[in-house]
Amino acid sequence: MAIHRHDNHQSANAFMEWIDRRLPVTKVWNEHLAEYMAAKNLNFWYFFGSLAMLMLVIQILTGIFLTMHYKPDAELAFASVEYIMRDVPFGWLVRYMHSTGASAFFVIVYLHMFRGLIYGSHREPRELVWLIGCVIFVALMAEAFMGYLLPWGNMSYWGAQVIISLFDVIPYFGPILTEWIRGDFVISDATLNRFFAFHVILLPLILVFLVFLHLVALHQVGSNNPDGIDIYEHVDEDGKPLDGVAFHPYYVVKDLVGVCGFLIIYLGIVFFAPDFGGIFLEKDNFAPANPLQTPPDIVPLWYFTPYYSILRANTFNFFWIDAKVWGVVFMGLAIAVFFLLPWLDRSPVKSIRYRSAPFKLALVLFLIAFFVLGYLGMNSPTPARTLLAQVCSIIYFAFFILMPWFTSIGKTKPVPDRVTSDAH
Amino acid sequence: MTDHHENDQVSNESSLEDAKRRRFLTGITAGFGAVGGAVAVTPFVLSMTPSERAKNAGAPVQYDFSRIENGQMVKVEWRGKPVVLLKRTPEMIAGLEKIEPSLADPTSLDSVQPVYAQNDARADAAKPEMLVMEGICTHLGCSPVEKLAIGPDPEMGEDSQGGFFCPCHGSKFDLSGRVYKNVPATSNMPVPPYKYDGDVITIGEDDGRTA
Repeated sequence: MAIHRHDNHQSANAFMEWIDRRLPVTKVWNEHLAEYMAAKNLNFWYFFGSLAMLMLVIQILTGIFLTMHYKPDAELAFASVEYIMRDVPFGWLVRYMHSTGASAFFVIVYLHMFRGLIYGSHREPRELVWLIGCVIFVALMAEAFMGYLLPWGNMSYWGAQVIISLFDVIPYFGPILTEWIRGDFVISDATLNRFFAFHVILLPLILVFLVFLHLVALHQVGSNNPDGIDIYEHVDEDGKPLDGVAFHPYYVVKDLVGVCGFLIIYLGIVFFAPDFGGIFLEKDNFAPANPLQTPPDIVPLWYFTPYYSILRANTFNFFWIDAKVWGVVFMGLAIAVFFLLPWLDRSPVKSIRYRSAPFKLALVLFLIAFFVLGYLGMNSPTPARTLLAQVCSIIYFAFFILMPWFTSIGKTKPVPDRVTSDAH
Repeated sequence: MTDHHENDQVSNESSLEDAKRRRFLTGITAGFGAVGGAVAVTPFVLSMTPSERAKNAGAPVQYDFSRIENGQMVKVEWRGKPVVLLKRTPEMIAGLEKIEPSLADPTSLDSVQPVYAQNDARADAAKPEMLVMEGICTHLGCSPVEKLAIGPDPEMGEDSQGGFFCPCHGSKFDLSGRVYKNVPATSNMPVPPYKYDGDVITIGEDDGRTA
């Protein structure tokens, strides 16, 4: 028996050797999992990277099953979604997983970005990890926006109408460009059909490719940690960081705990509150698209509302340029400034644990402004709300514009030599 | 030794010349490749422009407005867009002048309309009470909601003379579709070409008339 087992073992090795000479399976496994060293003090904030990947997989899988029943045709789309909800066995579950998944994806991505912000994961040498992440964020917004047209509800229709009209402000080329994007003079069947193509083929391919780049760039420089220090400054005789631990099995198992916690919340919403009080699925979208009637309160989905607030906060004409153009420019800048973060942040320390008081104060103000803008974007504009949105837009931009200043003043705490954590 | 040295120089020169030629050829090849790539992309880009069917769908529509009461508004669809037909009362017409100081473009200089509709009422002189207008906000293309009542309104303001309010971003227009100052939209709502034939209005066709 022993010999027999030994033979099996040998043949397994021989098999892997045969494979490894042709495809570097073992090498990749070791470099990126079994021997990839991460700091031993990663906390729950580090769940959101792997959770974002899980969400991408869930969205792609549920999306595949939805396309089996969905019809990308202006005459049929709305009814086909209702058909999925009522007649397709478990269609309601697949669709609610996908629609709740979109919101969950953004919750996770926002928390993931916030993690980067507070622990300085955007700082040298991880600038490209951050930049690729920003591109993923933009691609994800495009993916979500196009997906939202597909149910062909009235909010789908008018949401797309507003966002595509943003391109109209581009001088001279604007009208040609919007016509090209719509494929018609108004949002129509042509628009629905191409958004379907982008949503199910083009953007998922781009997203998967960008996530791959994000990970390759991350593994080139190594993961950050809550202390924001380089674990490779203290290595043992084998060159392994003293404060590091192999990603597999330690963080694989730890991330699985995060996955379980996440799935409890996510599936809880899928089963018990899939429209989340009109926030994840808007009430106006339960009526079919009507080109003659804008919904009384047109609002984008919650994850776009901070930028939407900035768009409509601008009611002034500066320098002979229309308020409308400025609104669009500021909305674009609100997203574009994230790309500059690695170079705006001049603090000598990375982690929030050792940051100066001015940075912490600025961060709190920024968070408040971000949430208030998000709230205002979900509600119809009144003069008082518009004023509040204007104040919050100024705080939002001031956070980035003044960052080189407030990160270089104030007293930072001394950064420890080694990571701080209780042993697990 | 001397011979050998000269040979080296000659081969150096010729290899330098070779490298130059190689760079030139690489450049030319890459250039042609780029042109070919651009040509190959063209049909795909053009395939996304409006199709012949979409272009043909812009036929004029007709509406018998004798069915519209004084002060009543209907919306008809033309080229997939909502067109507002509003028969204004004398009070509504009188309000147009009162609201003028609050407007961004009261004379419709920066707005889109046929020549015969470039006036306070933004209407054909034959029937100045009839407003015919694309109900599309010039900000980002929403369809503004009608606020036909004259008097204070939570969205239109205290001294409202009636008008249209865009729920998307709060742009305000008067009952001629003229935009207010200090709102996101900056031009008046467009007036499509139209003509009357008795009680029937044809939207989308005016036989090129200027009056």
